[in-house]
Amino acid sequence: MSSRRTALAAALLCAVPAAPLFAQDTPIEQGVRIGITYTPGLRPGILVLGGARSVELDSARAILRRDLLLSDHFEMITLPGGDSLLLGLTGAPSEGEPEQATGPADPFVNYSLYAALGADYAVALLVDDSVSARVAVYDVRGETVRRELPLALKSLDDPDFRMSVHRTADEVVRAATGEPGFAASRVLYVRQGRLWRVDSDGEDRAPVTPPGVTTFSPTWGPSGRRIAYAELEGGWGRLMVGSPDSGGFQAVPPTVELLNFAAAFSPDGGVLAFSRSGDEGTDVYAYNLAQDCCLQRLTVGRFSDNLSPTFSPDGRQIAFVSTRPGLPQIYVMAADGTGQELFAPFDWGVTGSSHAPEWSPDGTRLAFHRDVQGSPQIFIMDARSRAVRQLTSAGRNEDPTWAPDGRHIAFISMRTGRRQIWVIDVETGRVRQLTNVGETRLPAWSPRLPEP
Amino acid sequence: MKFKLATTLGIAAMVVAAACGGGQPEEVAPQPDPDSIAREQARRDSLAREQARRDSIARARRLEEERVRREREEAARREREITVAVVAIFEEHVNFDFDKYNIRPGIDTERLEKKLAIMQANPALEMLIVGHADERGSDEYNMALGMRRALAAKNWLVDRGIDGNRIAVRSMGEEQPVDPRSNEEAWAKNRRNEFAVAAGGRVLVRPAGM
Repeated sequence: MSSRRTALAAALLCAVPAAPLFAQDTPIEQGVRIGITYTPGLRPGILVLGGARSVELDSARAILRRDLLLSDHFEMITLPGGDSLLLGLTGAPSEGEPEQATGPADPFVNYSLYAALGADYAVALLVDDSVSARVAVYDVRGETVRRELPLALKSLDDPDFRMSVHRTADEVVRAATGEPGFAASRVLYVRQGRLWRVDSDGEDRAPVTPPGVTTFSPTWGPSGRRIAYAELEGGWGRLMVGSPDSGGFQAVPPTVELLNFAAAFSPDGGVLAFSRSGDEGTDVYAYNLAQDCCLQRLTVGRFSDNLSPTFSPDGRQIAFVSTRPGLPQIYVMAADGTGQELFAPFDWGVTGSSHAPEWSPDGTRLAFHRDVQGSPQIFIMDARSRAVRQLTSAGRNEDPTWAPDGRHIAFISMRTGRRQIWVIDVETGRVRQLTNVGETRLPAWSPRLPEP
Repeated sequence: MKFKLATTLGIAAMVVAAACGGGQPEEVAPQPDPDSIAREQARRDSLAREQARRDSIARARRLEEERVRREREEAARREREITVAVVAIFEEHVNFDFDKYNIRPGIDTERLEKKLAIMQANPALEMLIVGHADERGSDEYNMALGMRRALAAKNWLVDRGIDGNRIAVRSMGEEQPVDPRSNEEAWAKNRRNEFAVAAGGRVLVRPAGM
């Protein structure tokens, strides 16, 4: 029995499914090492168990499993005979399927089998009644229930169905790793002038603005309940603030004239910093949304441009792009505009121009893109040491935006020939494609989204 | 046969009698007054002459009006032709090098010189400059770059004496390419300033020597 189990485990470990979209970004530069060391096998194994069957439950398990995979925290373990999840909708039990896949609501937890398969955690969806369920996270090595999370069972056509599973998946990640995942989040992007949103797993694409309105540079408010974007018309741009779900967008009063774009909310949501272009070039301004007053000019460029502000998560600093060194580079200032200085170091005449900074949610890092031999590439900088690291090198990669876990970055890549949103795991360098529609631009990743 | 002939004649006689209004008493026509006939005739002749005189004046006036109208139309047409030609020169794009906003010597400077002359010859004319960028470079930075390009052309004109209040600047970044392809030729066309008449362009004068 024991030897059979070991052999089985070995076979399964070899067959750990590699998601087809995944690939390693190719960091090949002579004498330059890009990326960090990634040792497979150090990630904990996780297993999503079968259980009571229904369309909702099978969908919820599939979403949960995919969220755990996309979190990049785990090695996904499958049970012998293939996972029943994907076959669940057909109702046909697969060959060799263990009894708990179709068993009662509270499955028999076979810790020793899961341990032999390499799992550190097992996750089960337990049904209490028709509207409520629990997600149990088992500590396989400790042979205990680590955490039980409530899950409201919504019907498949409830618009919050997927997001409610995503929120639970993020808590499963927290139970296993101490930090929540990023599944309950969305990415805004611009496609053919229209603002769209897509869930963090690439599902549920939907337009946010009506057709015929030309939108630009979307950004999220800290609560995830408000967004801002620029609406372009005749060479001017006004900033609109409203809900990503119900709309109701209103123009920010001082932005109804001149070209206003690339806005960023302060962490408390009270201030909107943005770029404003006119007869004096482009500079960073701030407007007090909370008091609906007080347009303040934070930079005075004269012969240089200053744009694309991003707040540090403590609200004290703003990083931005400035052309004062000739080429655009990343600068930083206090939130009141004082103490402006170079932020991301560069070599005169060697380093290409740098753009689109975004502060990481934990404040320790800054993502931006920088021209490397004529192609933009994604970089991150340690905010304290100011050490800069290149993350991508395949094709053109630009406009990075942080996932709420502070570990993943979405960006626009031309590697397939079209501008699409890709996601990179900063820890491992693994990349996956998020969208595969038309030409997408200007992604903005939300914070973790609250319940509606 | 004889009876038939008599019947036929009888019917014919009745028809003739009916045609001559037979059976009704004949009215006595009033005797005309020769003087009144002459007066009436004179009055009618006088009216006809007056009418002819008036018609002739009206015709002459119509012809004159027609001639003036034609002349005006012709002048307006020439004016429009000139205006259209001047606007076409006014609207010629000025192009830029990649990630640059300096006005290049050569054709771009020549085009601005023509725009300068048009602005000088037409003091009421106001100009809108919209700067554009190619698709390379950051989308947000290209907004600022487009504005720099528009400002470069505005400042060039202001430096040569045009009132800055007559020139408005805008930028569309890389949002509106004239050529959607992704190659050097398209990019070169897309890095441009577009010029439009903002006001005072209904009738334009051609500057001397253009």
